[in-house]
Amino acid sequence: MIVETGHYALVLALALALVNAIVPIWGARRNDASLMAVAPSAAIMTFVLIAYAFCALTYAHLVSDFSVLNVVENSHSAKPLVYKISGVWGNHEGSMLLWVLILAIFGAAVAIFSRGMPDDLRANVLGVQSWIGSAFLLFILLTSNPFARLAQPPAEGQDLNPLLQDPGLAIHPPLLYLGYVGLSITFSFAAAALISGRIDASWARYVRPWTLIAWVFLTLGIAMGSYWAYYTLGWGGFWFWDPVENASLMPWLAATALLHCAAVMEKREALRIWTIFLAILAFSLSLIGTFLVRSGVLTSVHAFASDPQRGIFILVILTGFIGGSLALFAFRAGELKQGGIFAPVSREGALVLNNLLLTTACATVFVGTLYPLALEAITGEKISVGAPFFNATFVPLFLPLFIAMPVGQMLAWKRGDLLGAAQKLTVAAACGVVAALVFAGLRGAPWASYCLAGLAVFVIVGSFTDLISRLFMDGYSVSSAWRRATGVPRSAWGAAFAHAGLAVTLLGLAATGWGVDRILTVKAGETVNLGPYEVSVTGLVPKQGPNYNALVAPSIVRSGGVQVAEIEPANRFYPARKMNRAEAGIATLGLGQVYMSIGGASPDGAIDARLYWKPLVSLIWIGALIMGFGGVLSLSDRRLRIGVARRARVSTVPNDKISAQPAE
Amino acid sequence: MTRKTRRLAMIGSALCVLGVAAGLVLYALRDTIVFFYGPTEVAEKAPPPGTRLRIGGLVKEGTFAREQGQSVRFDITDTKHDVLVTYTGLLPDLFREGQGVVAEGVVEPGGLFKADSILAKHDERYMPREVADSLKKQGLWKEGEAMPSTRTQSETRVDASSAVKR
Repeated sequence: MIVETGHYALVLALALALVNAIVPIWGARRNDASLMAVAPSAAIMTFVLIAYAFCALTYAHLVSDFSVLNVVENSHSAKPLVYKISGVWGNHEGSMLLWVLILAIFGAAVAIFSRGMPDDLRANVLGVQSWIGSAFLLFILLTSNPFARLAQPPAEGQDLNPLLQDPGLAIHPPLLYLGYVGLSITFSFAAAALISGRIDASWARYVRPWTLIAWVFLTLGIAMGSYWAYYTLGWGGFWFWDPVENASLMPWLAATALLHCAAVMEKREALRIWTIFLAILAFSLSLIGTFLVRSGVLTSVHAFASDPQRGIFILVILTGFIGGSLALFAFRAGELKQGGIFAPVSREGALVLNNLLLTTACATVFVGTLYPLALEAITGEKISVGAPFFNATFVPLFLPLFIAMPVGQMLAWKRGDLLGAAQKLTVAAACGVVAALVFAGLRGAPWASYCLAGLAVFVIVGSFTDLISRLFMDGYSVSSAWRRATGVPRSAWGAAFAHAGLAVTLLGLAATGWGVDRILTVKAGETVNLGPYEVSVTGLVPKQGPNYNALVAPSIVRSGGVQVAEIEPANRFYPARKMNRAEAGIATLGLGQVYMSIGGASPDGAIDARLYWKPLVSLIWIGALIMGFGGVLSLSDRRLRIGVARRARVSTVPNDKISAQPAE
Repeated sequence: MTRKTRRLAMIGSALCVLGVAAGLVLYALRDTIVFFYGPTEVAEKAPPPGTRLRIGGLVKEGTFAREQGQSVRFDITDTKHDVLVTYTGLLPDLFREGQGVVAEGVVEPGGLFKADSILAKHDERYMPREVADSLKKQGLWKEGEAMPSTRTQSETRVDASSAVKR
């Protein structure tokens, strides 16, 4: 019964979304306040209905209702509770439901938190958001109904894919979707601005917190996904340049560019056309990503349900929204007036360079991801584009960004002093050179990794140079420094942390160059040398889990004869799906990790094993956390707070006349 | 600085970056892409030694053999032609005789194929898309029973390209 009401709630949500897609926009055109007022309440009600439907499906999974097809295909009565819940979105139907749920959450959030916004803008934003919602609700109801019943329910389910039975599934998809789908709200803002024709600094002010929220979630979601792949796929990689990963990287690059150029638009009213275009682009890339992932047109190493029929439906949605918004864009872009003037060497100039490099890097990822599809369609030849392609194209475009990042932060708006900025950065540059030399003294490895590590240290120090120097402007007392620190806008601290976080990630990536990687066959009692450590396998033990059997190889990690950690790499067998899954044994030692995964045992008691020593590897994900922290810090800035945009706009107008402004 | 010169500077720098990017992409597309062949295509096109390829097909029954250490050899077949593959490293959990497989590596003199990475889908009913297409082209396999349409699929990949670095 609950399952049926969930289905019904979804149908009601579609009806409501359709109403909300038309009435408020019509009201905004006719300037009818009562029609526009429909939007917020309808958006909140849509959210309630979809949330109910989601709870209904979760309930079916929790009680293992095997009369529901979705539960049969993805659940098992012996499955642990946490995977019964996360299994709701561990399949196509359920994850699409999560997709629209998050779409509705953002719609409702705009309805609740944007009271300071002009009524017509809000009506248009919620109207456009409802268009997206209607399209995807229709998609779910027509092609992927999660509530489909079975006439003859089986006694037991087929269990969730073992690779998905991991805490990663509980965290990664919701985070990633909050980011991916959160970009829909910036898209709605862009479309609403184009519909009403009013595109100004206050618009940029309204849209920036939403972009920032989506960006923070996207950053954390991608990092979480990469860590999950790292410890479950069992071969120690964290980024494979796989189509599915690229599908999430492209919106991230576009959103990062958008975040930066929205700052220019907000402060200087320049780059308006470009900002709107990026807002459309970021969500379009999210939609393209959804299509690539769902349709199965590209082969991926990641787990996904795919179905070509559904792919065509998403392709139609995608063409509709991208085509429609770009047509609107072409129609309106000509009416936009030019914004403020700035010299090439200035904060704006640096941000333009940032946008140029980010979007070009994004384009190379796009080409690399879709070229195999295009080539196969045209010539029939099959190729694979892998890491070498992206290393040769994406990396050279991304590295200049690291050099430009601290320099850009130092430049003033309108007209900057490049020489002065370079002088201020001498300390940071010296730190970078020293760090590169220190790392080079540790071990012999490719020189490129030491240069990258040095670059990373330069950016980390450089990101904070300006702020730190400002703290001690009134002398070197703690109290004056604290007063200064709290006086600097939080968004400036946020930017510094986000930049430093990216550099911390780079440091972790650079350090992979001097790691150790061994593949060998080991027996119980054997000891393996692994860089600064020795790993001894103590035995081979069978173990029984709730819904699997495992072969565990408990091992001891020693450094100079002293035990520093114990790891338990395992190879699990899930009888319900007749599948194996390697469970890596990982010991975090300092910032580095010892990583061991095992294959099956041969009759003579030996096992195939793969061991890694990965120095500083945890920095890759710690960097992402720092980036996220920077984003949240920026979000807590009073001027950026959702809803105070109108008042803040008045108070910052004089900024335009002062060229030396606090870094941001 | 006037609007016009500013615009020229921006367009100029944009063109520079785009030019560099286009150059990099074209260069990389020439040098870094890897073609996918079935065993029949390997036999017909006879790629010269040193060519980097992906070869997909079925692991031929009765050909899998372990050599010393972790080296293995097996034939990839589409039942018309076979390719002898050698590989050192961990095999994916679902690697079995008679199963679909994709091997990436380099053609050695004498027609031997030295793989440095092996892909096999984790789901026993799934076949890598390229293998399915290539088998379909040979008329050996039809869409239907073996290919699940809505099931979750996953794939494990073992990469030995950087194995035993020092």
